[in-house]
Amino acid sequence: MNAAFNIKKRKNTRKQFNRRKRTLVVTVIAVIFLLSIVVGRFLLDEGRVATNLTIRNAPPSIEHLFGTDWLGRDMFTRTMMGLSLSMGVGLIGAIGSASIALMLGMAAATMGKMADRIISWLIDLFLSVPHLVTLILIAFTLGGGFKGIVIGIALTHWPSLARVIRAEVMQIRSAEFVRVSQKMGKSRWFIAAGHILPHLIPQVLVGFLLLFPHAILHEAAVTFLGLGLSPHEPAIGIILSESMKYLSSGMWWLAFFPGLCLLIVVRTFDTIGENLRMLIDPTSAHD
Amino acid sequence: MQLEAKDVGFRYENGPWLFRGINVTIEPGEIVGLTGPSGCGKTSFCKVLAGYEKPVEGSIAIHGSSLLKNVYHPVQLVFQHPEKAVNPRWKMLKTLREGGPLDQELLESLGIERKWLTRWPNELSGGELQRFCVARALGSGTHFLIADEMTTMLDAITQAQIWHVVLEMAKKRGMGILVVSHEAKLVQRLCHRIIDFHHMNGRRS
Repeated sequence: MNAAFNIKKRKNTRKQFNRRKRTLVVTVIAVIFLLSIVVGRFLLDEGRVATNLTIRNAPPSIEHLFGTDWLGRDMFTRTMMGLSLSMGVGLIGAIGSASIALMLGMAAATMGKMADRIISWLIDLFLSVPHLVTLILIAFTLGGGFKGIVIGIALTHWPSLARVIRAEVMQIRSAEFVRVSQKMGKSRWFIAAGHILPHLIPQVLVGFLLLFPHAILHEAAVTFLGLGLSPHEPAIGIILSESMKYLSSGMWWLAFFPGLCLLIVVRTFDTIGENLRMLIDPTSAHD
Repeated sequence: MQLEAKDVGFRYENGPWLFRGINVTIEPGEIVGLTGPSGCGKTSFCKVLAGYEKPVEGSIAIHGSSLLKNVYHPVQLVFQHPEKAVNPRWKMLKTLREGGPLDQELLESLGIERKWLTRWPNELSGGELQRFCVARALGSGTHFLIADEMTTMLDAITQAQIWHVVLEMAKKRGMGILVVSHEAKLVQRLCHRIIDFHHMNGRRS
């Protein structure tokens, strides 16, 4: 009975290893996809988003996949441009946020009790206020626009990841191999960079992947409320808020396709992040 | 150089005292056995001796002076479970180097094969890993070795091999060794004198 159970377990781990590889492949594809959209923004035909009143309010067709808006602009091109802008904001914001989380998490766990107390207090402070409120405040203070929203996202999304990293560092710090290293006379920096950091890479990666869709959504939300990117930039939030006015006149495609695209992108990255986290968790417990 | 524990007492946080008033002295080149039933505080005592934990009472001194921080610790501890004592994300060569420059002769006598050096810890067996841990702990700055159930999980032949090397080393360098083990026969064969930890602790408390 026991033996059979063990064999089953081993089979599972082998399968998991495969799934792990598969998830990695999907991730690579998603990253390529992401990069191509960000880069593709510069390759798209600008002429298609020029005002052309002869083809305004056209429903979706082969010519205009997502239809056109009240100024005759092609919604597909606008959506792609909006997505690439949103993803750019999300990418930079999430990288910034993950870096802040990594630095603060490491500092809290390695730099002594006082630093830990201050950083924990800061984490609690930021967690106690909804992201969106602080994000709006920061973006508003910095005068909105691309810079404001990116800095706002970077400064508001780190606390939960920082907390995870802090806990992880504390656990590794008390591991036997770290204690041995200390007794071999190794410095704090050596231990932090050599022993602790390599163990954090998966956590930070997953954290970043989960932050990314979050950042995109929040960017779109703030822009939708009119506090983020300026109205002449083709952001998804702008497109959605503009389309609201036309929904009652039956032009469903204006909001439907951009919203769907946003949903797909967010869901994809969220799924990858969750998948990776689930794959990493049980194995790290065995390490 | 002698390792001296003076009136050492230890407890975790506000828990009950694990031991109090322990006096142990290990002379250079002396091999001392430490026995006692499970859970009587042997491992905690080893950790205190090797500087992993601070004694709550009393002091640990080497040749009369207390120990420094952030330098190579002259008292090295080898744990019972080697899997936990090596970084799973480091190859074995890097782990070995942590203890100082490689000593080819030592590696050979411990039976560490060259090809093991480029492997990950999970590609080696417990016995093979333990040899690495012993080799790492036997750096040139080690004056005392504390073997906390060091060979308990190994087969007899490997045990003999490792102890042979360690004893040679102790003789050559004048290194003091504290052997902690449940195996009465092993302790009796190896050691110059034996301390019964439970007895020693029980007398006081």
